[in-house]
Amino acid sequence: MTEAGPGPTRAPTPPGALAGIRVCDFCGQLAGAGATKWLAAFGAEVIRIEDPVRQGRWDILRGIGPFVDERRGLELGGGYNNHNTEKLGVTLNLRTERGRAMLAELIAQSDVVTENFAAGVLERWGFGWERLRAIRSDIIYVSNCGFGHVGPYRSFKTWGPIVQAVSGLTFASGLPDRPPAGWGYSYMDHTGGYYMAMAIMLALIHRRRTGEGQWVDLACTEAALTLAGPALLDWTVNGRPSRREGQPHSNRSPSPPMAPHGIYPCAGEDAWVAIACRGDDDWARLAAVIGEGWTGEAAFASRAARLANEDALDARLADWTAGLAKFEVQRRLRAAGVPCSAVQTPGERVDDDPDTRDLWPTATHTAIGAVRVDGIPVRFEKTPWRIERGAPCLGEHNEAVFGRLLGLSPAEVARLAEEGVI
Amino acid sequence: MSALAGVRVIELAREPIAFAGKLLADMGADVILVEPPAGDPARAYPPFLEDLPGPDRSLWWWHYHTSKRGVVIDLDAPEGRERVKALVAGADVLLESEPTGRLAALGLDYDDLKAARPELIFVSVTPFGRGSANAAAPVTDLTVLAGGGPAWSCGYDDHALPPVRGGGNQGFHTACHFAVMSALTALIWRASSGEGQFIDVSMHGASNVTTEAGSYSWLVARQTVQRQTGRHAQVIMTQETQMRCKDGRWVNTGVPPRAPGEFGAILGWLRELGLAESFDDAVFLEIGAAMEKPITYDLIGVDAEATAIFSAGREALALIAENVTAYDFFVGFQRRGIAVGPIYAPEEAFEDEHFVARGFQTEVTHDDLGRAFRYPGAPYKLPASPWRICRRAPKLGEHDAEVLSGLELPSGRRPP
Repeated sequence: MTEAGPGPTRAPTPPGALAGIRVCDFCGQLAGAGATKWLAAFGAEVIRIEDPVRQGRWDILRGIGPFVDERRGLELGGGYNNHNTEKLGVTLNLRTERGRAMLAELIAQSDVVTENFAAGVLERWGFGWERLRAIRSDIIYVSNCGFGHVGPYRSFKTWGPIVQAVSGLTFASGLPDRPPAGWGYSYMDHTGGYYMAMAIMLALIHRRRTGEGQWVDLACTEAALTLAGPALLDWTVNGRPSRREGQPHSNRSPSPPMAPHGIYPCAGEDAWVAIACRGDDDWARLAAVIGEGWTGEAAFASRAARLANEDALDARLADWTAGLAKFEVQRRLRAAGVPCSAVQTPGERVDDDPDTRDLWPTATHTAIGAVRVDGIPVRFEKTPWRIERGAPCLGEHNEAVFGRLLGLSPAEVARLAEEGVI
Repeated sequence: MSALAGVRVIELAREPIAFAGKLLADMGADVILVEPPAGDPARAYPPFLEDLPGPDRSLWWWHYHTSKRGVVIDLDAPEGRERVKALVAGADVLLESEPTGRLAALGLDYDDLKAARPELIFVSVTPFGRGSANAAAPVTDLTVLAGGGPAWSCGYDDHALPPVRGGGNQGFHTACHFAVMSALTALIWRASSGEGQFIDVSMHGASNVTTEAGSYSWLVARQTVQRQTGRHAQVIMTQETQMRCKDGRWVNTGVPPRAPGEFGAILGWLRELGLAESFDDAVFLEIGAAMEKPITYDLIGVDAEATAIFSAGREALALIAENVTAYDFFVGFQRRGIAVGPIYAPEEAFEDEHFVARGFQTEVTHDDLGRAFRYPGAPYKLPASPWRICRRAPKLGEHDAEVLSGLELPSGRRPP
């Protein structure tokens, strides 16, 4: 692991699984930052590079809420801190010749260069693929943007919601005869980041075996489109479009066929419970818990019948759930072996749910202080992830990184700051 | 050369992990899919080729099991368990999502296998993680997304309507993404240490950390986001971002225009369409276009002129939407530098010229049917070690002979 410079004292832990890998990281927002957050949590040295002239404002999350208290400012954004834990932060003004030279020196000592700018931005700064591999012949370069660097829409720009709209994810989420409900957050910023992390590691594995670097062109819209496989094959094989009468109805499940399958109202304000019966056994168990005569009606006797009469089934089931608290339904149906979950609020799943107990590590940010963040939902027996340090403040590790990697003295680093290079 | 060429993965067939195996297989890993004698239940998942059910006709099966080889092993029979051990002796990764306690009862859990194969990376994907008090509770994609946070954030402004499950089995997909990231991380570490390890992936945990501000608004500020139609769940209700176009199709208008160049572009397009004359607030677009800096959010609702300019921008988008198709709205605004998108059905994206030009459509030959079909393609382009579907999904026991016949069973017996 790297020497972090000023910061909290770090307890000794086993070396990270990705220790020794250095990433020259231009990623921001979530689609990019989420990818390098994984690498950093497993011990890679991720050096986040930001623009001192714009004070890192390219990453809109830097200065926007949530905030821990009444303070506001570019160092205090809660989302930025969440997505950039365990990274080092440096500044480089690439408008200056010295800034570009320092970047080249950093790249020469890095394994990976990552970015999620609009297509062509890094190239316009003079660090396109040809230049990167001229600096280091086995460099891995992973770019992540909405439409990728090739194709008719390469100049088009996206945010997570646009990626989700274009790729069919928004369309596929909703109730019939209503507008698309879509995703109430940037699912594809998270997921684009996961694919970016996979791409980086796949390229590292390839390089270890062959000595060869490469440029990975990741288009978030394309990654998203791979998530609609069965619907796409229904189209290409059977010619059946998913834009058709009665669709989408995403709280139901035609494949695998399940009924009942939905989200039902419970007692209390905006309280809901999800129930799914995988087959007749689940239905028999659910019917036993409900204990009302209607569950024995022929209309609900088989899965095929329940699928054919799903509107009536849902109405009956909703009448039953509406009189109960959501966690009471969950408790009773889980005990009976029926798939069931309350729709949990953020507070319920973060604070009260024993199954997320180890999921929210406390990270210490130099300006914000100690705050809980998203952890990693995975336990490694021998090389556990570690999230202790919060996101870097702007240029927080200039002295440490430029000193250690570029051999600059603190006085030289101070002078570069005065000259507007860093 | 494929990135994962030579990496052997044993996948004990279960619906929640099918996608993880595919992601590894399409990058070149030799994934051996182990099914029970009756076949995996997912072979019966619709849709089917020509709508006719059959064990080799499920398009669900076709999609999730590309590039894998398939064998039949009965884990309930002693000889079947010997075969699994023999397979593991030559494997790098084992992927499993068995009911809690089943592998331990069969003598096939990590602790049973590691001594004979210390290099093994054992990836366990379970609903709540190993050791959870809820380990026996069955889940589906729906219940994972309901308990894990995504459903709370998805739905409509009208909270009398239920929260919505995002479509397409994304709860299981998210767990698979973490399983694959974990396997790759462990492979990298093994290359230097020589050691395998046990990895415990929680589906519930995976969804919990895939909610963007849903989780961190609470973690940071103890604030609760509320679901809103087709846009980000937030602590406060915000304005609609979806608009319906002339052709009845919807578009997502993204982040509302705030920059001078954007107001200028909108005004320019209104004029081209002959709509500027009838748009009463065109003057505010002109003022917006002449600003020196973008409007900042803190001025909206506070500064009268900034608010009027901001509103005029949104109303102009709505007016243009009424007068053009969703596709023209998308391309027209994107060519003017404003990020919007059409709300495509998946097949409409698949057929769009951009994805066609990028080569996303991938032809897969079904030798048994004498036909080839178009499949979704690569999630990422690694030119030196490309993604590739190397074969269609396996029939039941299709590769028994080539995979199992040469196995050395731990007991020293050769299989019959």
